[in-house]
Amino acid sequence: MSLAPHLPALQVVLPLLTAPAAVLLRSGGAAFLLVTAAAWGAFAISLGLWQQTAGGEVISYAIGNWPPPWGIELRVDRLSAFVLVLVAGMAAVVLPYCRQSIEREIPRDQHYLFYAMFALCLTGLLGITITGDAFNIFVFLEISSLATYVLIALGRDRRALVAAYQYLIVGTIGATFIVIGIGLLYLTTGTLNLADIGTRLPQVSGERPVLAALAFLTVGICLKLALFPLHQWLPNAYTFAPSAVTAFLAATATKVSVYVLLRFYFSVFGESLVFDRLPLPGIMLLLSLAAMFVASAVAAFQDDLKRLLAYSSVAQIGYITLGLSFDSQSGLTATIVHLFNHGLTKGALFMLAGCLVAVAGGSGLARLAGIGRAMPVTAFGIVLGGLSLIGVPGTVGFVSKWYLVLAALEKGQWWLVMAIVGSSLLAVVYVWRFVEIAWFREPPAGLPADRRLPLSLQAPAWLLVAATVYFGLDASFTVGSAAAAAEQLLGMTR
Amino acid sequence: MKNDLVLRVVAKLFIPFILLFALYVQFHGELGPGGGFQAGVIAAAGVVLHALIFGLDAARRIVPERLVETMLAAGVLIYAGVGVAGLLLGGNFLDYFVLSGDPVYGQLRGIFWVEAGVFVTVSGVMLKIFYMFAARGRDEDGEEA
Amino acid sequence: MSLASHFSYWVTIFLMVAGLFIVIARGNLIKKLVGLAIFQTSVYLLYIAPGKLIGGTAPILAEEFKVYSSPLPHVLILTAIVVGVATLALGLALVVRIRETYGSIEEDEILAADLADGETEAGR
Repeated sequence: MSLAPHLPALQVVLPLLTAPAAVLLRSGGAAFLLVTAAAWGAFAISLGLWQQTAGGEVISYAIGNWPPPWGIELRVDRLSAFVLVLVAGMAAVVLPYCRQSIEREIPRDQHYLFYAMFALCLTGLLGITITGDAFNIFVFLEISSLATYVLIALGRDRRALVAAYQYLIVGTIGATFIVIGIGLLYLTTGTLNLADIGTRLPQVSGERPVLAALAFLTVGICLKLALFPLHQWLPNAYTFAPSAVTAFLAATATKVSVYVLLRFYFSVFGESLVFDRLPLPGIMLLLSLAAMFVASAVAAFQDDLKRLLAYSSVAQIGYITLGLSFDSQSGLTATIVHLFNHGLTKGALFMLAGCLVAVAGGSGLARLAGIGRAMPVTAFGIVLGGLSLIGVPGTVGFVSKWYLVLAALEKGQWWLVMAIVGSSLLAVVYVWRFVEIAWFREPPAGLPADRRLPLSLQAPAWLLVAATVYFGLDASFTVGSAAAAAEQLLGMTR
Repeated sequence: MKNDLVLRVVAKLFIPFILLFALYVQFHGELGPGGGFQAGVIAAAGVVLHALIFGLDAARRIVPERLVETMLAAGVLIYAGVGVAGLLLGGNFLDYFVLSGDPVYGQLRGIFWVEAGVFVTVSGVMLKIFYMFAARGRDEDGEEA
Repeated sequence: MSLASHFSYWVTIFLMVAGLFIVIARGNLIKKLVGLAIFQTSVYLLYIAPGKLIGGTAPILAEEFKVYSSPLPHVLILTAIVVGVATLALGLALVVRIRETYGSIEEDEILAADLADGETEAGR
């Protein structure tokens, strides 16, 4: 029996199986080993799927051997394989970091439950990306969301509870909007298979329910991906969640939502409906610009490192949706490549911030005064990540912005180029704010003398920092995959 | 409510029937309305009734917390195990056709075990939720008193 | 296109808007969850109502029946109900924990306490 044809199912089932197994084990250490092994296994599987789809083939897997569109189909194309690599890879890197990180933040008797929740969250995110069934997207979305609420609520600060509650309310409204949209599509077409809906939609008479479905789905998904001004849940959730959770969520959760948006726009509704006949690109452009400027400016006024980075995430999501609003091959490439690059950068930044928190005892900037002199290596890593947020050549941030600028020039819109550069200057401001506090202020007296960090905290973080530099210098994997994925997405509707 | 004779007698009479009805809904699920989810909830309701009448500790003695936690994990493993069994027997994930030489019988066997997994998980989860909420209210009252 | 023939849609829309309004307008965390549950219930109705065929039976093959209702919406909504139960349970669990640490379930009081938390932290 060969496993190769079953990779799509195993991609989801492997982490799914480890969640109940972790509960049965009842031991933090054993659960850690199991879930970490599963995450690395999932990463290997995702690389295998990426390789299988790199040539442009679409892998279809019929669950239970019921052929689509009747049964549930798992469907992997270049875009989903690329996102799978990001999600599984980030889980594989963040999990080794979890061990030491949650040791300091979560009571020990809850560790095995933490890993079970982490495995469920990973399962959900991988499931959303791989499934070819609309209702399945909702189910996996809720699996990952429910696990996420729990993970956020595990934070040390009591405000983590309120953050988790607020995210639960907003996230559930978003998911319910999505399921209303899917329901309207199901009522008009009579099918739930994404590809099948896509082929049947043009024959539907009476467009109003389809437009309503598009509206519900857009708003619902944009809540989930924290597009400005629907981002209110994000800063608190990222600030008060345990550091390892923040790193994983910031790198993957919103990115998977972007994937869902792309999937619905290009594979289901079709480019011509979304971009040519509706004012959607204009609205998206406006909101993206607002995110880039407003959120960056707000970030510069924050008193907490994690909250500063969270607002920066909202701004960076603006760049991702900006590329989408261009509706061109190069714009879409920029979107997909930035989705990956920003995942790497923010993962690295939040993990390094977690290292600082582990020593300083909190992420408030007042506590971190002079930390650059006390912990030069870690703080230097944060600056490297910050350079990537700004978009300095030699980092992944530059690659993304380069393709965004190319896409803007292709449209002949010079003012957009100015806007991209201008918002990058705002990023300089908030990164400089950290530099100033970390190096030009006196360290507070309360900083512990023992500032050594365990290798398992440093190695994963630096692995991601190295990746942000490596993929900034050699972008053939990221840009190559993204361009190919964009080409395939656009080819679906033309 | 431990001292109310009527409640105690009625509960003792009812609980066996509730559990029996749960099993009926479970095994009748393939032929009529029913299935693992509904049956699991009904079975859990039987235990919840016991807890309401005879007290939480009495219910915990019959269905200990540890068993409940095992149940909610084991059910998912049973469900996924059926899927993996399909894989191992040469079909796709959750392929019931290959579970037996006769495809129709394979379907019956597959759905039976999947529903069994659902039953175990759902009753486990329902009891876990009930135990957690019920226990918390008590501890707090104790503090305030 | 009369009011009566779209009865189920009117109920759906009413529940949807009412639920969403409660979530937004109420400051009590429990009431917000109630609103959320009502909002989700509207979706159950949105799926279930069109699945019913008047005069149709349950989709079990038999000689004497020719018209069947679609079972798929029910199965989908059973899943959605499970999700709703899980969300509600988790939400209530969070409210219990919030009540224990803050001593309140009113949003404005909690936000005021949060603000105070933030200020003491910044002042440190």
